[in-house]
Amino acid sequence: MPLNAVLEVEDNILATLGTFLRGLLERGVVEYLLVPQTTLAGDNVVQTLVHDVSRLQTVNPVAPVLPVNSARLVSKLTVKGAPRPVGVVLRTCEFRALVELVKLQQASLENVTIIVVDCLGTYEVADYAALVAAGCDPTAELLAQVRDGDLHPHEGYSFRTACQMCEYPVPDVANVHSPDIHLGLLGTDGRVLVTVRDDLAEPLGLTPTAVPEGRKTVVEELIRRRAAERDRRFAEFRSRVNDVEGLLAQFSTCIRCHNCMVACPICYCKECIARTATFEHEPRQYFEWAERKSIIRMPVDTLMFHLTRLNHMVTSCVGCGMCASACPSEIPVGTVFRAVGEKVRAIFDYVPGRSLEEELPLATFREDELTELGEK
Amino acid sequence: MAEFEPRIVAFLCNWCTYTGADLAGTSRIQYPPNVRIIRLMCSGGLDPVYVTKALLEGADGVLIGGCHPGDCHYQSGNYKARRRVAILKSILEQLGLDPDRVWLRWISASEGQYFAETVTEMVAALKEKGPNPMRNLWGM
Repeated sequence: MPLNAVLEVEDNILATLGTFLRGLLERGVVEYLLVPQTTLAGDNVVQTLVHDVSRLQTVNPVAPVLPVNSARLVSKLTVKGAPRPVGVVLRTCEFRALVELVKLQQASLENVTIIVVDCLGTYEVADYAALVAAGCDPTAELLAQVRDGDLHPHEGYSFRTACQMCEYPVPDVANVHSPDIHLGLLGTDGRVLVTVRDDLAEPLGLTPTAVPEGRKTVVEELIRRRAAERDRRFAEFRSRVNDVEGLLAQFSTCIRCHNCMVACPICYCKECIARTATFEHEPRQYFEWAERKSIIRMPVDTLMFHLTRLNHMVTSCVGCGMCASACPSEIPVGTVFRAVGEKVRAIFDYVPGRSLEEELPLATFREDELTELGEK
Repeated sequence: MAEFEPRIVAFLCNWCTYTGADLAGTSRIQYPPNVRIIRLMCSGGLDPVYVTKALLEGADGVLIGGCHPGDCHYQSGNYKARRRVAILKSILEQLGLDPDRVWLRWISASEGQYFAETVTEMVAALKEKGPNPMRNLWGM
């Protein structure tokens, strides 16, 4: 059973979070910490792997910017098993992607302590940098809004589309596999709620207390607003893409850079099939296609690429939206994948990132399911 | 104008449906010549990428043939194929493509007659549907 404790905030929330995370190293709970820190330039916040507690000066696990889905980084650290105890500070979408990567055997949780912080939303990397350049403190702006959970972006800016419709500001709803440590900020009366695996309470010097009243309501209300935005965007997508012309229009501006695949935390294949000989053709092949169809789009296989990715990984898509952020043509790839994925996963009652025990839909089967398929 | 003749790409498993198709041939059972057969070792080995490819290239239908549930030569390949086909059909439907152009059928090595009937039935259904609109589009 996880235990709840509360950290009083003396100076500001960020400082309290920093002190708590430093404590993980100081108290020997972990030897290394993967934690977001502000870069020297100040206009970005990136993951750092830290061994020396004195190098935790610019820790910021709530900065509203997500340059990479860190599940990919945890995979790099743990694919062969983490050699030393390491703590990884993640957002909920990163945590859920990590659960999927573990099931895909691309990461291991051995020697890993997972620390998830309430997510307040993120801006595109360029927008975050622009806000900082304009003299704003995007983190402080959002931390000022955590009491009532009515999170607003800076005027003239918007959160990433994926964040606007994310129902996971906190990890502990809908039976999501629990992180080892969860730092709650939303609806906690300006304090920090710490929910930990019970054996961690003592080494961390935490005294169990009740969850601050009001948190539940604040979180539920935020999730309700996000879900409404999700449904609005899904409906808009479904009315836009409902025939062949709509589908072609959706991917008309794709430049086939494969950025969406590169940015995707679930697309772990070292050699994506889209970059193998399967998608490479003999010169005469193009001429034959052109002859048969009288005209073909060049380069070929643009729509094929997206359909292939959907078939291969949409069951595990956690909706982090890194694909959409990476798209130079601003195609709403993330919305397409989330909307399509929702119905595909419903077939198997599968929710990516929910549980380590639930088997990946493509890795298992049941004899008594889908029995109408294959029959006359 | 000549009647529309659908083109069907068929992915058939080596152990059951391909052998069933072979039996249809050696038994001189008549069926429409609209089907182009590709032999696989197992329906479970079919990556949906190839079904998608056939549809986007303008094939009017894709037939996937495997062993009856419980009869897979590799124990469970057909069950896995069934999941992949369910996912593929859901994706096609949601993107405005016609999932009914993809047929999955369990046809055993002894069911030459059933193979011939399936192809006949599929050709008739596709004639009803008309040509795959992808054939004359080039934006993909």
